[in-house]
Order: sequence, then structure tokens, then C-alpha cells
Amino acid sequence: MFEQSDRYSLFTLLREGLRGHTGWRPAWRDAAPQPAYDIVIVGGGGHGLATAYYLAKTYNRIKIAVVEKGWIGGGNVGRNTTIIRSNYLLPANIPFYETSLKLWEGLEQDLNYNAMISQRGVVNLYHSDAQRDAYVRRGNAILMHGADAELLDEAGVRRMLPFLDFDGARFPITGALLQRRGGTVRHDAVAWGYARAADRLGVDIIQNCEVTGFRIEDGKVTGLDTTRGHIGAAKVGLACAGRTSQVAAMAGLRLPIESHALQAFVSEAIKPFIDTVVTFGAGHFYISQSDKGGLVFGGDIEGYNSYASRGNLPVIEDVCECGMALIPSLGRLRIVRHWGGIMDMTMDGSPIIDRTPVEGLYLNGGWCYGGFKATPASGLCFAHLIATGEPHAVASAYRLDRFATGHLIDEKGMGPHPQLH
Amino acid sequence: MRIPCTYCGNRQLDEFTYFGDATVRRPDSEAADALPAFVSYVYDRTNPTGPHRELWYHGLGCRQWLVVTRDITTHEVLGAQPARDVASRSAVSAKPAEAPAS
Amino acid sequence: MTSLRRPTGGDIDRQTTLRFTFDGTEYAGHPGDTLASALLANGVKLVGRSFKYHRPRGVLTAGSEEPNALVELRLGSAREPNTRATVVELYDGLDARSQNRWPSLKYDALAINSLAAPMLVAGFYYKTFMWPAAFWERVYEPLIRRAAGMGRAATEPDPDSYEKVSAHCDVLIVGGGPAGLSAALAAARSGARVILADEGFRLGGQSVASSAALDNGSVSDWIARAEAELHALPNNRVLKRTTVFGVYDSATYGAVERVSDHLPTRMPGHPRQRLWRIVARQTVLASGATERPIAFGNNDLPGVMLASAVKTYVDRFAVQIGQQAVVFTNNSSAASTIAALHRGGVSIAAIVDARLQPDASITASAQAAGAPLLAGAEVIDAHGGYELRAITVRSREGRYQTMNIDCDLLAVSGGWNPNLQLTTHLGGRPIWNDTIAAFVPDKLPPGILVAGGAAGRYDLTDAVADGQRAGARSAELCGLTAALPIDIDSANNYAIEPLWRVTGGKGKAFVDFQNDVTAKDIEIANREGFSAVEHLKRYTTLGMATDQGKTSGVVGMGILAEHSGRTLAETGVTVMRPPYTPVAIGALAGHHRGPDFKPKRLPPSYAWASEQGAVFVETGLWMRPQYFPKPGDKDWLDAAVREVAGVRSAVGVCDVSTLGKIDIQGADAAKFLDGVYANTFSTLPIGRARYGIMLREDGFVLDDGTTARFGPHHFVMTTTTANAARVMMHLEYCHQWLWPQLDVRMVAVSDQWAQYAVAGPRSRELLERIADPGIDLSNAAFSYMSAAEISICSGLTARLFRLSFSGELAYEIAVPARYGDDLMRRLISAGATLGVMPYGSEALGIMRIEKGHAAGAELNGTTTASDLGLGALVSTKKDCIGRVLSGRPALVAPDRPVLVGIKPDDPSERLRGGAHMVRVGTAVTAANDEGYVTSTAYSPTLGHWIGLAFLKSGRDRHGEKVMAASPIHGESVTVEVVPPVFVDPQGARLRG
Repeated sequence: MFEQSDRYSLFTLLREGLRGHTGWRPAWRDAAPQPAYDIVIVGGGGHGLATAYYLAKTYNRIKIAVVEKGWIGGGNVGRNTTIIRSNYLLPANIPFYETSLKLWEGLEQDLNYNAMISQRGVVNLYHSDAQRDAYVRRGNAILMHGADAELLDEAGVRRMLPFLDFDGARFPITGALLQRRGGTVRHDAVAWGYARAADRLGVDIIQNCEVTGFRIEDGKVTGLDTTRGHIGAAKVGLACAGRTSQVAAMAGLRLPIESHALQAFVSEAIKPFIDTVVTFGAGHFYISQSDKGGLVFGGDIEGYNSYASRGNLPVIEDVCECGMALIPSLGRLRIVRHWGGIMDMTMDGSPIIDRTPVEGLYLNGGWCYGGFKATPASGLCFAHLIATGEPHAVASAYRLDRFATGHLIDEKGMGPHPQLH
Repeated sequence: MRIPCTYCGNRQLDEFTYFGDATVRRPDSEAADALPAFVSYVYDRTNPTGPHRELWYHGLGCRQWLVVTRDITTHEVLGAQPARDVASRSAVSAKPAEAPAS
Repeated sequence: MTSLRRPTGGDIDRQTTLRFTFDGTEYAGHPGDTLASALLANGVKLVGRSFKYHRPRGVLTAGSEEPNALVELRLGSAREPNTRATVVELYDGLDARSQNRWPSLKYDALAINSLAAPMLVAGFYYKTFMWPAAFWERVYEPLIRRAAGMGRAATEPDPDSYEKVSAHCDVLIVGGGPAGLSAALAAARSGARVILADEGFRLGGQSVASSAALDNGSVSDWIARAEAELHALPNNRVLKRTTVFGVYDSATYGAVERVSDHLPTRMPGHPRQRLWRIVARQTVLASGATERPIAFGNNDLPGVMLASAVKTYVDRFAVQIGQQAVVFTNNSSAASTIAALHRGGVSIAAIVDARLQPDASITASAQAAGAPLLAGAEVIDAHGGYELRAITVRSREGRYQTMNIDCDLLAVSGGWNPNLQLTTHLGGRPIWNDTIAAFVPDKLPPGILVAGGAAGRYDLTDAVADGQRAGARSAELCGLTAALPIDIDSANNYAIEPLWRVTGGKGKAFVDFQNDVTAKDIEIANREGFSAVEHLKRYTTLGMATDQGKTSGVVGMGILAEHSGRTLAETGVTVMRPPYTPVAIGALAGHHRGPDFKPKRLPPSYAWASEQGAVFVETGLWMRPQYFPKPGDKDWLDAAVREVAGVRSAVGVCDVSTLGKIDIQGADAAKFLDGVYANTFSTLPIGRARYGIMLREDGFVLDDGTTARFGPHHFVMTTTTANAARVMMHLEYCHQWLWPQLDVRMVAVSDQWAQYAVAGPRSRELLERIADPGIDLSNAAFSYMSAAEISICSGLTARLFRLSFSGELAYEIAVPARYGDDLMRRLISAGATLGVMPYGSEALGIMRIEKGHAAGAELNGTTTASDLGLGALVSTKKDCIGRVLSGRPALVAPDRPVLVGIKPDDPSERLRGGAHMVRVGTAVTAANDEGYVTSTAYSPTLGHWIGLAFLKSGRDRHGEKVMAASPIHGESVTVEVVPPVFVDPQGARLRG
């Protein structure tokens, strides 16, 4: 995949250090669109770039393009809270996310790119017997799928995270579900690493190229119109979560998706403070620390449809209230930046990877706020679907018709209310 | 964000609960195509980027349901009406269907 | 250490001395000082180390944009890392320490990173540390993490308190400099309700203590008059030490007031900081402008400072800031710095102006100061170890050889950036303005006007006139008549030729000082294709430090534009996110922490239960008695077992007021209930109650409870505790939105009624003891599922329901909440001779499992009525919410997991909630998974553990042995599948 001189290694870094870093090639070519491709992926985010990479690598597809309306990695892969895990409840989800976690574990060597994948552990706290039983059910499901999970009692949580509020809390911590193989990843690097690897396999990554319409003849897709002209395509894959509804509407589809904003927060960089990912069980709050030192945290979605990549004070305050309730020493740390991303919220809180009623048009979307951790498996499974026409075994439940048949994948049991998932 | 409750006036976001699309209306449960109609009603959404008619509940206020028109991209609130008034004007399924003759 | 404080001038109180320590050394300063000015006045130039290379750093700025001078302030649990010394107001006893250095600021071991600098360029970590894979978490990452970060967070709970307030005004003025003050005056004189917020502790912005002329006097006098007039005008509020940090929807602004940060300790009754939510009809953004540096070799040496900061330290803080200064500029604004240095008695070795033709203000000020002016020249390198000793200057046209100039102060001005951040928070994108070589606001958010430096109007008189216009216009937009403007001769003489970097220097040329991003890093990133501004930012970390790129952002974009062959207009800027300056998490959390994180709801018998020593458990916001320990109880289970026995053998009382209660009335109330419940309520006779099950529109169970009919048009519904609010919202939704024609009204009365379960074979006897004479509670008169209003305790009207959750003969009695405490006491005293036993949520839970009633674990949002064994209740004769979609194939599939009971084969074994069901003899794997255990309890009635579970096709499998496996506990228990009702399945007791 990489020529020796193009590989990233300590050796090449030393070599370039000695010659002023003049020898680095662009991480990906700034490709111009060709008249036609075998496969065009719409969306240069993590999922689209990963799809292109696995299509090129695993399925040996050669004429592939990724079209991106802005700059690659500018959507949710570049504005999430970087957490990876496979600690899901339902059998439709666990194998998929576990496939993803396994791909994460070998991704850096595969891509020759250090995405700082750090299996620091993910701790889900519980505060009541009912919550404990729900986590036991989940932990057992995880173990029965061959992934890892452990139960911590209160003392176990104290040993790991002594600075949490154990004694004065409104909702005392009574234990936690721990997935040690979960952790964090340097999110931007995922987009860049996939882009570079896909580029070296011949994929054209076309930035500043917005799709304006699809050419559909006799129910079959033949190409797409873009701001950079028409591009012919035998197959088109949509991987533009956050904008799925709009892009799919150009092909005449109306989907079980609403767009909602999710905020994230980062504090000023501090010396090592929290060594794992922790989620609060008595409110919407989760936190980890980046390698650079900033605490990265977030909470619930805004709760109303939104295409603005920002939120409002009620959620900001709620997140900070939860943060202080969980970690009372956070008070004097400062938030340096808060922002929002647009989530494709489906009606059952789970994603869609499926064919569409338009032949040759494939859909990958509805990732809710779980898309980042799914990136490798989403790319692998979407590539499989596009290349073979058949769903990948671990993504076979992510069908579009499940809402009609009732085979819902509702982890939270909140029903058809995207704002509650 | 502030929501203009037609009864209470402009109130802060955290007094309200959002419910979703107000353009979809509950179909006739006795119709022959009730199942697909209900699937579409409950699940499919236009999800526009601009003005959106949507339901909000003033739960920490007067408990009124509102149909709010709001630009989803800018969050600009363009207007609000009592949901009851909107619903009363359109006659679709204004009561639970009567029991079918048995 | 010698004091560098000038004997006169400045805005400091020399009469009072404040003692403070920095890195353990004690110094003195004065009220009016910042920590930075006090350190500079004490000759302390080295104040910090940089992020990556650990380079020695000094104070660069005099404001909130400071990237270098970050300290840990205060001690112990009050420790605040990364605090900008330039905004810390000096107080007596202040204790600050430098950070990101070991063992000391002067001798920092990690300064060795500089040796590896050729390797540590932008993005180096993406290219290495990959082998072997396992080394990342174990070796590389811990090393990187330890080296990264800046200060150390406190590990003990924040000892301070915070509060939140809301405010509404006509006109919010952001920034109390000359433009903001004149805007505030114009608006307030027009009668507008004005809030003016300024981040500093003195009004005046960069003009504090400035001697510049304004309005026939000095600007300092003008500021004092403006502040006095504002103070005298009604209906306005001036918030100093208050940063408006974010713009949110519907003209809502977030601001933080630092109430006590300038004090050694909080005043009693005052918070450390206060969060303001301000709703403003109009806003004037008068947040000024920030000077930017120029990238040249070693431009980070202590002693290299922004020109405006030099002026501020000389004028405002009266610091003898250097002996021999050089001014390096590309614009006219440095003239005021030259004048200040001259006034302050600092010798100016040279004025280096990058422009071939310096403007008149520079030439005039150079002449007045008697300083040599080098036109068309640039500083290529600064020299020194820990502080500046000399610079190298070069002619841009090669008119002379490079020359070295000795100096200990270099004042740099690369031009100015309007502080337009608040215009972008709602999505506005600034545009490039060639005239002032800066990005300026483009389309403004609704309700915001920009004035003064924030609008690119840098000259004092121009800013004041602009503020006045904006203030008056804002008042007009609020429907007021604007007061006449005052005449001010305004002029805008700002002149600049952009210069982002000087090439050819030997040292590193820093752009982002805190994150150690150099001009070279930007060049490398561009070469590798990271030439979109957001890519550049993310790849190099430019602008991502605590200073949020205030000094570095546009310089970086300028250098990127040069490398990528684009104009700055084409290049653009990265999106600026709130907050404007970093905001303490504590301020955003306010009082909501510890036990006050969420309100506590107390049931009516709470006081009585507390007296009994009840142990309480959090149930949502409620605090419910969990059990009532008695001497001799080993643990909670002993108590719960005793309480269950008490109920099953005699009578028990339990507070069930937490259940949701909704009063529903109207001519169509019955029809309405038929619509919301899956079963029929229109047939319910008056005086009867019925169990009801409510579906979501998708066919899954939303909630259950009983509803009683008290009249033809009057029902009282109960909901589960957890869903009380959600069901109320749902009912209002059905009524107002789905079926507005129905004549029905409803009100939540959960808090209005105290309701107690009175359960057990002797419950009738107990109730007869409190019922007023003539009340007939016999089975014939008041049978199972009866409901009536009765008179108790000599004339109190109560609602009595013959309901049983426990399975015993049982009632629920409800009285207005104010009588709840009395009624509990009366029940207990009246029942003393009956052996009455108060019972808590544990006993309640055990008995409901013994009876197979579904609760939260079974009503988990993914179960249907049929799954719960309640399919027969769903009426097919009428429409109801959820009816149509409950017929979808997957919801009626025969192999769905349905509710069953389980009991261990070996009665001594315990059951676990959350265990999964697999067939005996099969592996505990997902492929064999047939269901899960929802609720378990030790049944005192049966003497062994019992459980409720959902099992595939479970109704056909009663009697079968299966495994309840909990691999997370390493356990697997053989259980028998049984019907879910363990005790009195025929219901003889509850009908007795």
C-alpha cells in the first residue's frame, strides 16, 4: 500500500527531521473528479473514507471516489468525544460494535497512522439496584458475545476513581460496569489515516464537491450531479450522517431520521487527571482526558431538531451540574471550547446500513451519537454491502424496513422519539 | 432559545419539552392501509433544514401544547399557535375512532 | 529584587502594599496591579514554560488573550491551573506558582525537548509510536500525557460556591472601553434599561490611565465622567469583572461575573462566581480589538511583548518595563507605545517599521522620542537565554547588512484583530478587510450591533463616536427616542501593511505561543495537504490552547495563505466557538452539586418515617423509605423479611404517594380513557377501579396503573412513580393535539394527595378503626376493586380504593396531602394492637414479585402487553393509542420472550437480576440466549429466591428447567420456569 519512502516510521521521521521535512507527500491527493467511477461514496467523513478504504483494500474495487462538500473529516468524525466501546445491550448491536473494536485494535498498523487508540477503559456508573440489574443484563450480553465486561462494586470504583463524589452525593455511586478494552482515539487522525490509506490505494478524494442531485434511470442510479459537475457512477453509497435526510431526499427517499444537535466540551489542558472514560448514571454526563490534557466531556442531545452545530445554555448548565455532582473538584477548571455536531437520530436509536428502493443506491446513516466508535465496522460493512449486494453478517439487523416489521433495535426502550434516545 | 407560549409569553427553553414534527397527523386506524399509514406517521420524517412546524409542551408552565414554527438551521422562532387550535381546524381524526359495528 | 515601579503615574494605589508569592518568593505590589504587572514591577520576566518544547516564557500581553503567563493560583482544593497572570487582580497573600516545569521554572528537565525539536514538528505523533502496538498505552502515551497538559487540577472538592441569576434588559453593552461606555451612555440617556459588562476590574478597556486626548481632556477623565453618569442614571447596571462569554438563541447571553476572585477569601454570603443568563432586546458588542504578534526567530523570548501591552504596563501600571527598547511594527498603532516609552523614560534604541513608508504618526512619535526609525526593516531574530538581550534587524530591500541591536525589551505590533467572537457564535462568518488587514464581522446576528475596535474602528475618537451611534440606534430599535449625540471630532487614521512572519531567522518563529506552533509547522502542514484552515488547526493545534488563538489565529492563517498561494479572504478563519474566554465549570453548575445536585421530593410521611429511623432510597427525585430497621435486624433483608411477614400475617402500611395521580373530568372522559388505555374504561361502573395498560403509539407498553371512576364524568388515574410526568404530558398531548373535540380536562394531583397502602389480612379491621361511624367496609359493601369517598377520623373526606399490590386483602387510602402526616400517625397508633407494620420499598418490591406484577424492570420500553401476559386486556373493539402498530409481525411473533416466573432448582441458591436464560446443557453464548431475568427477590413467604424473567415462548415452557446464567458473576443457576404469580395465584386473599 505504501512505498517505503512514504511509510510513516521513526526512521522516516528522523530522515525528514534532518532535511527540514521537505520530503513529506501530501497525506492525500486533492483529486479532481473524473467523468465516471464504479463506486462513488457521498461524504468524506470517517465512515465514507473507511468505506472507500475497505472497498479498495478488501473488495479490490478500483475506480472509487469519495465526494465531500467541504473538507474531509469536517463533520462528526472531527467533533465528537472520541470514545470507542462495544458495551451494547442488544444482539443486533454487540457483534457490530465488537467488530469495530477489534478493527480499532489493529487500525494503526493497518493504516500506518497513529490515531492514538488508547484502551483506557470505559466505566458506566450505576446508582441503584435497578440500574445495577440493567447493567448486569448488559454485561452478560456482552460476555456472551465474546466481548469483555466486568462489574465493579462501590469499593472497586473507589479504587479506580477516588476523586468521584462517593459520600455526599445526591445519588450515591453503588458500582459500575467496566469495559477495559473501550477507550479513546484521536478522532481527526481517523479521518486522515483512512484518507491517506485510501488515497494510496487509488481512491479519489474530492473535496469541495457538494452533491446537488442524483441521476436515476428506470429505478437505477447512474450518477450524481455535483457542484463540480456530473459524475457517473454504477453504485452510490451515502455516508453523510448529519445530512442524510437532505441527500436521500434528492433520490426521493423519506427516512426515519431527525437531525439533532449534540454538544461537546473541552477544558483547558491539565496534567493527567482522569485515566479512563466515565459515564455518570444519575444524569447525562461522560468524561475522559485527551492526550493533550484537556478534559473532553458531554451530555445529552439538545432535544429539539437542529441543523445548527451548537447548543444552548440549559444543556451546557446541565452537563456542568452533572460534572460537579460526579467530580466535585472540577469547579475551578475552565471550559475552553464547546461546540455541537448534528446527529442523524433514528426513531429507534440505532443505525441503518442497507439497500434503498433505488437500485445501486446504498444508505449508511442514522448513527445517532454513536457513529465515531462505529467508524471501522461501518466502513467494512458498508463496503461489503456495496461490493456484494448483501449485508455483512454483523450489520444485518440495520435494515430500513425494521420500522415496518417491528424488528426495532431500541437500546434505551424509549420508543419512536429521537429526542429521547 | 426562548419559546413564545401563546398563554405565558416568551419563556426559556428549559420550561418546555420538545416532541417533534407537527406536520404528520394520526391516520385513521380503521382504514384499510392503516398499518403502513401508521408506520409512516410514527417513523418517517421530512426533517427539513429550514422552517419546521413542531410540537412543544409547556410542561413547567401552563401545560399547553404548542405548534411552533422554527427555522431548524438558525433556531429562529417564527411563530407559535396552540396545538388545540391547529388540531381543531384540521378535521383528521379529532376523536378516537368509534368501535366498529360488531 | 529591585522595584521597577515608577514613582508616579499609573492607576495603582501606592499607599497600600499587597504581599504575594510567586514560586515561593515573596514580592510586593499594590491595589490596581494584576499579577503580571506586579511581577514585571518586581523585575520577574520568566513566568512560564511552553507546552511542547518547555521554552522559557514571559508576559506577552496585558489582557485575557495571554498565551504565556499561565500560573497555578491558590492552594490545595482551591488550586486553579492555567490562570492568566495578566487578568489576575492582585490581592494580599496571593500565592501563585509557575507550571509545566520540573524541577523548577529556571531549570526545567523537559527543556531537553528542544533538542529533539527537528523531530517534534506538527503532526509528528501521527507518524510514529506505532510499534509495537501494545507500547502505546504502556509506554508512549503515559510519557506524552505526563509531558503534556499545563497546570495541575485540584483533586479535592471545590471549596467555593457559585450561583446563577437571570436578567433582562433593553440594551446589553459588551465591553466597557470608550466605545462601550459611549454606547451605554447613549442608550441609557434615551431611557433604555442597560446592562454594561466588562471583563476588567476598571472600566476603560485599553484606555485605563491613558493620557490620550478626548473631549477637551484626557480619556481617563472622560471615562471617569462616563462611569459617574451611568451610575447616576436609573435602570442600568454596570457589571465589572464580568465576561460575556457566549451568544445563544433568542438573544440570550451567557456571562460570568467573578465576584470574589480578587479577594483572598470569599465574603460571607457571596459566591466565588456568578453565572448571568442575560436576555437583551438589543446588544452592542464593544469588545475592542486584540493586537497580534509577528513571527520571527525566538520571538517568544521573555522581553518580547506586544506593543499595546508595553504601553499598558508603562501607563496603567507604572512599570519601568525596560532599559533599552526596540519597537517593531507594521502599523500606526505602535506610535502610542513609542510615546509611552518615551514618557516612561525608557530609551528607545530603534523603531523597526516593516513598511517602506511609515505613516505620519510613527514618524512623528519617533521624532518626538528622538529614536532612530528604520523603515522597510524587520526583526529576524531575537537573542538571549532566559530573557531578551539583543535582536537582529535586516533591511527588507537589502539596503544594509543585518545589524544587531542590544535591547531588553522588544515591543511588537503586527496589527489588530477586532474581537468579533460573539458575532460568530450563532454561525456568522467574518470577512477579510484589506484596509485594516483584519477579519471583520460580516452579517450580524439578530439584535447585535458592533462598535469601536470590535468593528475595526481603532482610533479613540472614532470608537467613541461609533459607540454613541450604536447605543442610540439600539435604543431606537427598542422603541425609544434616542438622545442627541454629542459632537466628537472623529478620525480613523489607522494604517497597516500586513506582515505575518519574517523568514531567514535562526530561531523558531512562534505563531501559537502556548501550543508551540511555529511558522515552520504551518509550512509543513500545508505541504502535507492540511491547507484547509480547519485541517491546519487540527493538525498543528494552532489556536487550540487556553488563549483560543486570540493572538495566533489570524497570523497562522496569514502564513498559510502565503504558503498555499491564496488570499486571506479565500483562506478564511476557523470557526470560533464559545466561550469567549475560558469559563469555570463551577460557575456553569451553580448550586447544583453534592446533595443539592437535584431537588428532593419528600413523601407526606417523610417526617414520621425519619422519626422511625427509616432508611431512605432515591427513587427518581423521591426519597422513599426503603425499610424500617429494628434492633436485631442483621441487614436490610432481615428488615424487609420482617415487614413482608407483618403484611402477610397482620397488616402493613406503606406510603405510595409517589405514584402519579391524575384527576380527569368531562363529558368525554370515559371516551378519552378508552383512547389512551389499551383496555376499555367506558364500561367501568362508578365506584369501581380497573387496572389499565397504556401503550405508546408504536405498540409497546408505556405505563400501567389503576383508574377509578367517582362519577359519570370523573375518573382518578394512577401512574407509576417513574412515569408520572411523562403520562401527564402524554394525556395532554392526546387531548390537545389528537382529540381536541373531546370534552375532557385533567390535572396532575400527585402532590395534592397523600396515599397509603394498607395491606394484610387485618387491613379491614385497621381501616374500620379510623373510618367514621356508618362506613361499611365489608366485602359485600366494598369488594375488591371498589373505590369510594369515605369519611374518616371524624369528618375528613378520604378516597378509599380496594387495590392490592401485595396480593393480600388491601386498600389504598388517600387524603389531602396536608393530612398525610397525621393519617400515617393515626394508622400506626390505631393499628398498634393489630400488629401494624410500616413497610418500605424493599418489602413492597418483594411482594410484587411474589405476585408477578410488572414494574420498571418489566416495563422497560421494549415489551408489549402480550409479553407481560396482559394481551387479553388489549381491546380489539376500539381504537387506542398503539393498537395498529402493536400488530406488526415482530410484535406478535410467537417466539417473543414473555414474562415467566423462575425459581431455583436448589432452594438455597440465589438469583441475579440481569442473568440470561439458556437451555440446560448449552453453552452460555449469545447464540443460545433465550431471555433475561428482570427482577429477583428472596421470598420470605416461600423461603427461597424467586424471579421474573422474559423467556422465549415462555408461556409454553412452564415446568421446564433452564439455566439463569450470569457470567459477569461467574454464576449459572438451574431454575424451573413457573407461572409469574408465586403467591395465591387464584387471588383468594385479595378478594377475602
